Amino acid sequence: MVDLSVDIAGLKLKNPIMPASGTFSEELAEVFDLEQLGAHVTKTITRDWRDGNPTPRVCEVNGSMLNSIGIPSKGVGAFLEKVVPFFQRYETPLVVSISGNTADEFAALCAEVSVAGVDAIEVNISCPNIEEDGKAFAIRPSSTFEIMQRLRAASPLPLWAKLTPNTGEVPDVARAAEEGGADALVVSNTILSMAIDIHTRQPRLGNLMGGLSGPALKPIALRMAYQCARAANIPVIGCGGISTAEDVIEYLIAGATAVQVGTATFIHPTAMLTILHDLEAWLAAQGIASVSELIGSVIDGEQDIQTSAIAVAQ
Amino acid sequence: MSAMLQTPNATAGRVAPTAFDLDLRVKSNTAVNGEYRMMVLDAPAHVLEQCQAGQFFNILCPQAGGETPYLRRPMSIYGFYPEKNELHFLYKVGGAGTRAMATLGENDSLTVFGPLGTPFTIEPDWNHLVLVARGVGLATLAPLALEAKRLGRRLTAVCSARHPDYLMSIDLFEGLGAKVVALTDAEGTSAPDNLEKVLEGLIAEGRADAFYTCGSNRILRLLQKLGEAHGIPGQVALEQQMACGIGMCQCCVRKFNRDGKVVNLRVCREGPVFDMAEAIAW
Repeated sequence: MVDLSVDIAGLKLKNPIMPASGTFSEELAEVFDLEQLGAHVTKTITRDWRDGNPTPRVCEVNGSMLNSIGIPSKGVGAFLEKVVPFFQRYETPLVVSISGNTADEFAALCAEVSVAGVDAIEVNISCPNIEEDGKAFAIRPSSTFEIMQRLRAASPLPLWAKLTPNTGEVPDVARAAEEGGADALVVSNTILSMAIDIHTRQPRLGNLMGGLSGPALKPIALRMAYQCARAANIPVIGCGGISTAEDVIEYLIAGATAVQVGTATFIHPTAMLTILHDLEAWLAAQGIASVSELIGSVIDGEQDIQTSAIAVAQ
Repeated sequence: MSAMLQTPNATAGRVAPTAFDLDLRVKSNTAVNGEYRMMVLDAPAHVLEQCQAGQFFNILCPQAGGETPYLRRPMSIYGFYPEKNELHFLYKVGGAGTRAMATLGENDSLTVFGPLGTPFTIEPDWNHLVLVARGVGLATLAPLALEAKRLGRRLTAVCSARHPDYLMSIDLFEGLGAKVVALTDAEGTSAPDNLEKVLEGLIAEGRADAFYTCGSNRILRLLQKLGEAHGIPGQVALEQQMACGIGMCQCCVRKFNRDGKVVNLRVCREGPVFDMAEAIAW
């Protein structure tokens, strides 16, 4: 019997597999029993109604996809009335993803979703679409620290900061999030990308640019998860390109305490169950009693990764 | 693989499963004419019994024939027959996904996820149904003819195509007791004014209680105009590029007129079948 349970800053999860925000909703309950997941993570909402971006909102590239959905949101009222009660039928912890265009709006929403039935708040400080040219709070350590302080003051719930790969200052941003009050880091969101149809010469997304996700993102997000686990003293939740149990194992070894599965669910609706099943079988076959034994077990010769990261950036 | 983890008859938590991800055996995959192919899959009765006209499956196209499709491709159900365990798709070979599908032969396997989406409805007082289809839109409307027969409703199928060779499903419609009106570009009978004349004729004869269509913007506009002028309701099945197919990703939205506003609705979830009056021609 393998112990799959993990602890994210005091929040106990029965296993480390959860959906990535934006790739999960109530509808998946029509496919399998959502109680099997480690946590439920809802799609990012904003305080007010948002229409989202023009279509096409998604396109495929070699073995991965780009999206620019634009956070369509029915607003916080509809969310509290419909979505939160739906997930209350499950014992699985509910993690609510939120975002805001301004610090005031973001903090107000953070307070408003701090209600019974919500176990943690994932603060999406990294969505590359929400502001012009993909600018986001998590691009810089200073703006990360400031927004996390505001959000921290707004809610007693655990705050998971979702970071962006669209920055050259990953370890500093991770530390800034921790210092600002984050309880965990979700690493990471999609990386800003583009595709152009060579026949029409038009960008293949209605919003021109969008976020890359799927297997092509994995080495980048894995590197970030490793950097963040080394730089900060709070749990890291790996996210980016996970489609197999081996991918999960790799993230755990790199230092992640749990993982989020996103795009893989679009390709295989039951991907999270397959991954969970295969992860348990792999641990059993390896004679590993607890999944937590894997966390941060990377054998890296204790190199100074801060220096290496700078060397790479130069 | 994944399908094994999803036990069809088990209670899935608090909600019973209605969509299934299945590896199905190909019974046949043959050319219907120069452009279209028909895929027949061996499917379990419990899945086929849940299918309704207008619904679709999200298909995991194989990595085959040098094609590497990544996202799934939504495809309308062309036929579902629980009594013979058959699920049919009629498809036009166009992009990477359908080219890869075309390479499959008997006893190969195809992974499909469904049935998905909001189906067509036939209201109790709709006795004379008029189905107007062009091209591959026929595939989506074909199961409706079967449902009309089951409910004992009268059906007129107005089928439009570039050439008589591409008029598919006429035998299917006639076999189900439908009156078929065939219009083609090659014969010069498919132009909007002639189609309008045909439809006005049906309306005058009291044989048009509801319109159903799929696949043509021009036909949608015409039916909306006639529907409004004569107070005839209708439904349209629409297409949009999809990823997840069940409403999670929000990528397949289109704009609709609803409650005096223009709103985004998901083609995979609120559709693919919509009230014709709400649809906005593109």
